Amino acid sequence: MAMAYTPGLKRKASTTITKVRKLPIKGKVLVKEGERISYDTEVASTNLPGKVNVLNLALILELESSTGVFEEERKSLELSKYLLKNVGDTCEAGEVIARRKTFFGLYQRECQVPVKGSIEYVSDVTGQCLIREPPIPLNLKAYIPGTVTKVIPNEGVEIETLAALIQGIFGIGEETHGELMLLSESENDALTEDLLTEECAGKIVVGGSIVDGPTLKKAVELGVKGIIVGGIKDADLSSFLGYSIGVAITGEERMGLTLILTEGFGKMSMAVKTFSFLKEFEGRLACINGATQIRAGVIRPEIIIPLDESSRDGSEDEELHLEGLTSGLPVRIIGPPYFGAIGHVTDLPVDLQTVETESKVRVLKVELEDGSNVTVPRANVELIEE
Amino acid sequence: MNIDPDKINVILATDCGSTTSKARFFKKIDGEYRYVTSGEAPTTVESPYEDVTLGVRNAVREVEELTGHKLLSPEGIITPSRGEKEGVDLYVTTSSAGGGLQMQVAGIIRTMTAESAERAALGAGAIVMDVLAIDDGREPWEKIERMRFLRPDMILLAGGVDGGSVSHIVELAEFIRAASPQHRLGAGFEVPLVFAGNKFARSHVEKLLDEDYALQVVDNIRPTLELENPEPARNAVHELFMEHVMSHAPGYTKLMKWTPVPIMPTPAGEGAMFRTFAQAQNANLLGVGLGGATTNVYSHYDRKFVRSVSANLGMSYSICNVMKEASLENILRWIPFKIDDADVCDRLRNKMIRPTTIPHTLEQLVIEHAVAREALRLGLEHHKLIARPLLGARRDQSIEERMGGQIRTESYVDIKGMEWVGGTGGLLSHAPRRVQSMLSLIDGFGVEGVTKLFQDSVFMIPHLGVLSTVHLEAALQIFEKDCLVRLGTCVAFSGKLSEKDYGREIASITIKMPDGEVLEKQIEYGTIQRIELEEGKTAEIEGNVASPFSLATAGGSGRRFTAKVEGGVVGILIDARGRPIDLPKDDDARRNKLREWFSGLDAYPAEALEDK
Repeated sequence: MAMAYTPGLKRKASTTITKVRKLPIKGKVLVKEGERISYDTEVASTNLPGKVNVLNLALILELESSTGVFEEERKSLELSKYLLKNVGDTCEAGEVIARRKTFFGLYQRECQVPVKGSIEYVSDVTGQCLIREPPIPLNLKAYIPGTVTKVIPNEGVEIETLAALIQGIFGIGEETHGELMLLSESENDALTEDLLTEECAGKIVVGGSIVDGPTLKKAVELGVKGIIVGGIKDADLSSFLGYSIGVAITGEERMGLTLILTEGFGKMSMAVKTFSFLKEFEGRLACINGATQIRAGVIRPEIIIPLDESSRDGSEDEELHLEGLTSGLPVRIIGPPYFGAIGHVTDLPVDLQTVETESKVRVLKVELEDGSNVTVPRANVELIEE
Repeated sequence: MNIDPDKINVILATDCGSTTSKARFFKKIDGEYRYVTSGEAPTTVESPYEDVTLGVRNAVREVEELTGHKLLSPEGIITPSRGEKEGVDLYVTTSSAGGGLQMQVAGIIRTMTAESAERAALGAGAIVMDVLAIDDGREPWEKIERMRFLRPDMILLAGGVDGGSVSHIVELAEFIRAASPQHRLGAGFEVPLVFAGNKFARSHVEKLLDEDYALQVVDNIRPTLELENPEPARNAVHELFMEHVMSHAPGYTKLMKWTPVPIMPTPAGEGAMFRTFAQAQNANLLGVGLGGATTNVYSHYDRKFVRSVSANLGMSYSICNVMKEASLENILRWIPFKIDDADVCDRLRNKMIRPTTIPHTLEQLVIEHAVAREALRLGLEHHKLIARPLLGARRDQSIEERMGGQIRTESYVDIKGMEWVGGTGGLLSHAPRRVQSMLSLIDGFGVEGVTKLFQDSVFMIPHLGVLSTVHLEAALQIFEKDCLVRLGTCVAFSGKLSEKDYGREIASITIKMPDGEVLEKQIEYGTIQRIELEEGKTAEIEGNVASPFSLATAGGSGRRFTAKVEGGVVGILIDARGRPIDLPKDDDARRNKLREWFSGLDAYPAEALEDK
């Protein structure tokens, strides 16, 4: 059976979420296995190497460059003769680290470092001296509350929590937290400027089908932490960002809020179940991240709503869906002309069928929520994983 | 790799792409190697599966189901074959899963050794993330920060002719040492680094980098200014790719044991097949792999083979970057019906976020073909920046140069000199009417002169490329019989007039058809017409073209011409739309012109061309 299908976005009322929180380079883990932690607990820390400044001592001290081609012809610049400090020593901004005297000491050339740092390396071949600025401390927070289930020595931790999970299709902005607040009355309603009030400050607000540029700007002004909505017009997103996104790798934007689209671009009603899910959890803490990566290593934006451990009922363990599409599975159509429609698979014809474009493709038949039946390419549906 | 070609009767080849793993099954039938069938499944290199072999198994299982030929065992692919319906004699694979091979290259001068390093890395099938050079205009700290941020899979350090600058190479090595980029697949792995620069700098480079990198030293990529020697660096890249990149990717250790042939990056496989075919034809060829994420362009021109990759030009993941680089206006110019600009933007964004979807409606199909034209145009522009003469080399100067003009730095790739233009990739292979892919290639590349066009039938060029490294005969036989779809020949006049000259007679031609029929045609400016000529048939064409037009043929470029043209599934296209193709400025006139061209060629069903 053909497996050409798109794995769906997850929407789970209760699931065990495991997050690996790792430092970019080795450092120190600050929590212990089994410890209960909050979303803002610092779990690990490190010092990122500081910026490297390159000084060419040979040029500054007016030394002759070493031009020999063959090893035996090359002469060392012998910079150690002029250095006032050793490799590894720290230095202050403006400090003289090398001096060369000529003409019996009448003239001298000096090298001052422009920044505070330490001398990392001095080359007798190129005359370069690398000054490393002081390290930049990095404190890694938990992002989700839960239990530390594993400590990865010097690197980070694994945190496990029981939560509701909704994956979006596209987002911008970094990890943030806030209380969920519904502003649109239904999944079909737009999130408009007039719905935003001062009460929205610090919240993650939920709209229905679309949000526009002025509403996003007002949300930032009010201090809204995040927006979850069905769609946005490309023009509005580009104008909010100040540039047009070329490749869908996001998450580093610092726009003042995190935006998560659940359906796509244009006016798109949020899936009924997604909207009702969010409604059910209104007032609860949500941990959201807009980071999206569509290429290798797919990352979708996420909305995590931590739950009490007492609500665990044993149905949370995920199974990998390896079988592909089968009759009866719930799907969402993800291409025109039925974009966004939801239904369930009724048939998976084996033979290729001709669609409107005249292409012969593998198709499937779907009974939509309104009872109508449509035939669509298998590539244009995604499984709804609930 | 010792493989006895005579013992190979059943072959399985796979390509583990970023999203889909594609299996192709070949068999020797009546003494000839032929394609039998395909199987496809989502690639499983990412979480939650994290084992590439699961996707390969699923794709191969589809082949098993379609053929009844047992291929899989719990250990992997069954080799050698046992009887008629079990196992294969050879299993080969390419891979671009996980983003392919991503490299940082470095050289002293951006347009000289750094450019040679870039060409070598591209030739090895890599995506070049950044080119570091002493004169690249960035401050040293910027170079270091950039390298640390990128986390390349591998670094290729070149620089200096043998006997040239040592200190500048050491300077580059010092930058690399300071950046200390981490391996993309885990902090504990060493980043592989190939040094292919001035041989007199080796000891310094070893001293600086040997401890922290998996360093391999090879012959200089540019031993003299006149000579580029990319082969040793390319081989080292392939070797280190297997040893230090593939082996750390999820499931690849297992996959490597399934095949006796080193896993090849997908673009390297694609390039190998284009090159093999061009060499077999002894012809100039322009090939393209128009993928979802990248556009790879290959040229074999005057026996020189060059590959370029536009890492962010593609038809799904990178479709919005095509819109960004080409401009929406340039995409819209190819659409023959009225459509809201904002709607096109939203559609392309939705394709980007759901990259595996395919066009279901004619409207969507036409929009994607419009984007493809622009991706091809930009891909060729990028290619020309790579395919150019060695700068710094002593060579015969043109009269203009001797008279004090600028030294020629532009590409030697001339579209008029291309005898073959071919393409592969989902959009081209899946075009419902072959004339759609032929027209996309012609418009995108601005094909001029007399050019044969072809496309991949079901996306198997990478598979055949890796196969060609161990069984050339099988690869070429399958390529010719089952992969190569001969579209036909395009006869396109060079030169242009203005819009008001549409309809003016610019050429008269006589076509002697293979059945003896003689067609006399008066060609008007601003037209393109199609003449049916079956695959395998040849016609003779002769005629005159008026100033300012000319036609490039094998015999040269001129106003009087004769040429042999080969048929194909589309036939012959006589293209008098001018070059570069200029569409009417007025929107209604432009749409009418496109409708005239598309309906004349029977490119789309009539309803696809109407305003909605």
